[in-house]
Amino acid sequence: METYDLSQNHIVTPPEEIALSTNQLQVYYGSGSRASMTDASLSFPRFQITALIGASGSGKSTYLRSLNRMNDRIARIEGEIMYRGTNINSPKVNVYEVRKHIGMVFQKPNPFAKSISENITFALKAAGITNRQELNERVETSLKEAALWNEVKDDLNKSALALSGGQQQRLCIARALAMKPDILLLDEPASALDPISTTKLEVTLKELTQNYTIIIVTHNMQQASRISTYTAFFHLGHVIEYDQTEKIFQTPEIQATHDYVTGNFG
Amino acid sequence: MTPNQTDRIATQVINFLVLIVVLILFFLLGDIILSGFPHISWHFLTSPSSSFSAGGGIRDQLFNSLYLLVLTLIISFPLALGSAIYLSEYAGNNWRTGLIRTAIEVLSSLPSVVVGLFGYLLFVIEFHMGFSILSGAIALTFFNLPLLVRSIEGSLHAVPDSQREAGISLGLSNWRTIRGIILPAALPGILTGIILSAGRVFGEAAALIYTAGQSAPILNYSNWNPTDSSSFLNPMRPAETLAVHIWKVNTEGVTPDAVSISAGASAVLIIVILLFNFGARAIGNHMYKKMTGGK
Repeated sequence: METYDLSQNHIVTPPEEIALSTNQLQVYYGSGSRASMTDASLSFPRFQITALIGASGSGKSTYLRSLNRMNDRIARIEGEIMYRGTNINSPKVNVYEVRKHIGMVFQKPNPFAKSISENITFALKAAGITNRQELNERVETSLKEAALWNEVKDDLNKSALALSGGQQQRLCIARALAMKPDILLLDEPASALDPISTTKLEVTLKELTQNYTIIIVTHNMQQASRISTYTAFFHLGHVIEYDQTEKIFQTPEIQATHDYVTGNFG
Repeated sequence: MTPNQTDRIATQVINFLVLIVVLILFFLLGDIILSGFPHISWHFLTSPSSSFSAGGGIRDQLFNSLYLLVLTLIISFPLALGSAIYLSEYAGNNWRTGLIRTAIEVLSSLPSVVVGLFGYLLFVIEFHMGFSILSGAIALTFFNLPLLVRSIEGSLHAVPDSQREAGISLGLSNWRTIRGIILPAALPGILTGIILSAGRVFGEAAALIYTAGQSAPILNYSNWNPTDSSSFLNPMRPAETLAVHIWKVNTEGVTPDAVSISAGASAVLIIVILLFNFGARAIGNHMYKKMTGGK
């Protein structure tokens, strides 16, 4: 692999309304002094899909998981994460509230060992929603949003673990949506799914942009180009290029981006 | 030799070794159950033991064993659950955790006679608890704790990390995630662990001789007042268990039918422990199926 000048970058600020942005975000794992993610400053437009691409170990997942403070237990994070005018990367901020506003879906489907409806209602009940009717409504709405309702509406009391992988992943999306978040973070949500389930998931995600801001990490460059409006390219813990998806894939400014999207490494 | 031949020989040797283990097990179980089974009767199970004349049963000893087991679990389960949750969910990988693990290992390898004598000196004498079910239950807790902590920790550990992440990402607190998601998912394993450790407790004798005592006062099964000395529920009464009874009739039994009592009691003991084991497996499988929708 060629060595690229990591200080050379090209990062735009989208003209659209911004839902979330980071300023000089640095992530340190363990007690090490070497940052796994260096000076990431990105702004994510509202009601759009933004894709984070890059080779394994480029820091894209690390960055994504920092956005809703999921890395708190294992890493030290410096810099600002601005959400609705507040820096949510501050010890004073209630992380549980942050995670309710910024939901997350993981690489491998991880439904709870509970029934389909309990998967969705469990966190709602913990958040203090006890009204039966409201809970049922949220189950139905979120399953419809995740395009799973028609497949499971008669089996809501069956175990979620009996669903197929693609269905489980859409249930996990429904579970996150039921909390009524603003922003949805997805960490390679399709990497464990077959092509048909992947297509279904992509269609679902596109429809979700009517109400949600989506940031998705993906290994699959076709996927990034199909669904996202903006794309950020990560390399060795640095954001190298951030621009409209079309530009990243067709006329990138930086050599490393060009080499990656044309399949020369990664 | 061709790889095919070596493979066949290795397979045969391994099969032979397994066969030996299985044969020993079946010989032991078969001998105990076959020689004891003819002595088991309704009368044997439901009448009190007699000290001098023939025809005594094991009613009180059997009940004592079960009651002691329940008390031991009531004391040891909350302790074990707490420690296991700490070790699996909260403890970092540092010297303190290492110390706790070593302490648990050492606890599990203590000889039961030593634990019995320790319990005798501390609880029976020093704390004036006398030979009692409670002294016995505390002594048995020492054995039970390491087994339980390890099996519960193992079950918690077997729940994938992605489940914890899912809980946290929904804005749940760490504790809420553990209580509502991790513990239920680990429940089949935890139950299996409890029942298997129960078998160990049920068969323990040496530690009980010095703590729960060797006498079986006649119990009144209609007296439900646990503070009354003749009540079957009184935890402060001395209580000879089934395993201790077997030891006693064999060493100092003077009844003419000591041999058949011992054989019958041993068979009952083995059968109960086998039931625990099969029960553990059945319950674990059943719960797992129920939770995963038969997949």
